[in-house]
Amino acid sequence: MCGIAGIVNTDGGAADAAILADMIAMVGHRGPDATGVFTDAEAGFSHARLSIIDLTGGAQPMSNPERSLWITFNGEIFNYLELREELLRKGHRFATRSDTEVLLHLYQEEGPDCVRKLNGQWAFAIWDCQARRLFLSRDRLGVRPLFYAQPRGAFTFASEVKALFAHPAVERRLDAIALAQIFTFWVTLPPRTVFEGVHELPPGHSLILQDGRAEIRRHWQLEFCPDAKGARSEQQYADELWELLLDATRLRLRADVPVGTYLSGGLDSSLVTAIVERFTDTPVRSFSVRFGDPEFDEGRYQDEVIAQLGTEHQRIHCTQEDIGRAFPDVIWHTEKPILRTAPAPLFMLSRLVRESGYKVVVTGEGADEMLGGYDIFKEAKIRRFWAARPDSRLRPLLLRRLYPYLQNIQNQSDAYLRAFFRVDQEDTGSPFFSHLPRWELTSKLNLFFGDALKTATAGYDGYGELEATLPAGYGSWPGFCQAQYLEAMYLLPGYILSSQGDRVAMAHSVEIRLPFLDHRVVDFASRVPPALKMKVLNEKFILKRCAGALLPSSIRTRHKQPYRAPEGKSFFHAGAPDYVGDLLTASRLREDGLFNPVTVEKLKEKFAAGRAIGIKDNMALVGILSAQLVMDRFIHGFQKRPRKEHHAAPDTAATAVRS
Amino acid sequence: MQPLTQQLRQFVVDNFLFGQDNGFAENTSFLDHGMIDSTGMLELLSYLEKTFAITVEDAELVPENLDSIDNLVAFIKRKQRAAGQGGTASAS
Repeated sequence: MCGIAGIVNTDGGAADAAILADMIAMVGHRGPDATGVFTDAEAGFSHARLSIIDLTGGAQPMSNPERSLWITFNGEIFNYLELREELLRKGHRFATRSDTEVLLHLYQEEGPDCVRKLNGQWAFAIWDCQARRLFLSRDRLGVRPLFYAQPRGAFTFASEVKALFAHPAVERRLDAIALAQIFTFWVTLPPRTVFEGVHELPPGHSLILQDGRAEIRRHWQLEFCPDAKGARSEQQYADELWELLLDATRLRLRADVPVGTYLSGGLDSSLVTAIVERFTDTPVRSFSVRFGDPEFDEGRYQDEVIAQLGTEHQRIHCTQEDIGRAFPDVIWHTEKPILRTAPAPLFMLSRLVRESGYKVVVTGEGADEMLGGYDIFKEAKIRRFWAARPDSRLRPLLLRRLYPYLQNIQNQSDAYLRAFFRVDQEDTGSPFFSHLPRWELTSKLNLFFGDALKTATAGYDGYGELEATLPAGYGSWPGFCQAQYLEAMYLLPGYILSSQGDRVAMAHSVEIRLPFLDHRVVDFASRVPPALKMKVLNEKFILKRCAGALLPSSIRTRHKQPYRAPEGKSFFHAGAPDYVGDLLTASRLREDGLFNPVTVEKLKEKFAAGRAIGIKDNMALVGILSAQLVMDRFIHGFQKRPRKEHHAAPDTAATAVRS
Repeated sequence: MQPLTQQLRQFVVDNFLFGQDNGFAENTSFLDHGMIDSTGMLELLSYLEKTFAITVEDAELVPENLDSIDNLVAFIKRKQRAAGQGGTASAS
């Protein structure tokens, strides 16, 4: 895992190695082991390396033996040994044992379509010295980040936005529409980012830059085509999933350094840890977060798994004070406003992992999206069931089965539960049926927008924009699959894998690997009938069946509890950090122009009085504070990091082959 | 405007609209206009019980009693009459 950056000067000017060094210095945390720069006339790459495979031979940027192709690569190609064999048979010769070199040769052999053969998580760039062509690609589900900007006369790309901002021509401005999107969907809709003019290459896409023109093409599309009910038995599905998970996990243990696991105490991470422990030769060390507050703590379940599997285990104890302290650093890494504090404990956990000498962890992310674990799926199922017979007295009683861990919901009367989850007739036909309650609730936060932001976002139709991107077959999929698609295409890459995944792990140079997002597991999951993903209201049914006796029964049967952390109260306590007050003063808010000082003052009062207990209040505070931090760190107070000493890639500008 | 109406309106504006009175009518449904969510319900309840010294029974937790300023005014008056307090409550 690494950091990458690059420039192609479309006005023909020579790429500046000093700028490339400035850019890569910004993402030094992603690759502290080595830095490299390559330039070839108008193009140049830089690379910050975290050595994981072929510790001595994998330096980057790397070229093919003819020095006609150069690559800068962040990520892992897990099936590189198999691909290497295939290429050897075709006559390719390799100078290193690295997956990077395999990728380069595969591109040479197959061109842009080579990414279809990859099993992995990647963001990479290849420069073709003869064709003067740049090829960028990002993995199917967006595990690895990749951003680009096209200031006047140049095309620039990097693993993180802060590296783009180290380029003198890239401007730093917030995008108002992006804020409207975050304060509705929790994420921006790719390719939009929170910074105007900075785009992310959407997951599953590649980009070709030739003669100054960028063409973006999709190389993979998530599609659901569930088998007919009864086509195969439950056991057959469970068996196939087991085989796939076993292989996906084994492939993800390919590394020349020790591999750890994240263990939350939930089904997914417990199962991954169990597979590593029981079915591979890798001695496993697991890592977890504990909370003092029992509302969030899952220690009891973690302990049960540790006892059963006998893993060597390390944990952090996270308090609300810790979250308040870490939050500005967390936002430096998420590079966008977030509505939850949950990335902060994981930021702290990756520090422990790194200090313990580990660079790689395997995690359980992706199972909830692909195999049907989230409460939003259950909620939609009940709402749909009820909407089919709106007068039923019994159907809404199922609402009591939702969110057993949320006291605010459990304490409602039946009449109010019905009122909150009631389905409007017009909603039943919406492509966003499952997500409307969440998005409608979140969009109420625009109450806090300042006048300028309100004006800039007035009339913006986020649902319309999203609807225009849905795949052709979407309308004919079962509602359950539609809900899965929305989670997997938006919240997963835009928050779970980024703000709560790669970014906070890489903040401490730790790489995450996700067996549940092996594309073979994803393809399999897209074929499983929804009724077997959530059997009646039993979530991740097939996965539980597949877990069998490997895990304590309490882990298999517990109600799924989403990973959450203390929210707003992390910023309002006796020793609350100074930045909270500073960023939320009326004068500062007026100056920044994003939020309304009057409404924010009322929100602060509510928190100060301990009366802010709701989801909406907490989302508002965390969202406003993180947006103010983005403004502070990226717009007003952006600071370049000092350049590090780097090695020049062998055979740079002077000898690179020119057409 | 009656003092009770004014008082309830102020609570709703401060706590659910964060000071931005959009001029909603006294019979505007909090639920239909997304002014109140599941937590807001609990906040409202705790405010009513503390401020007006009433106890709201589970069976009374229905929109007919609580889902607009008008409904709230009527409900509180009914509760106070039943408790024999009479008069208009003021914030404690």
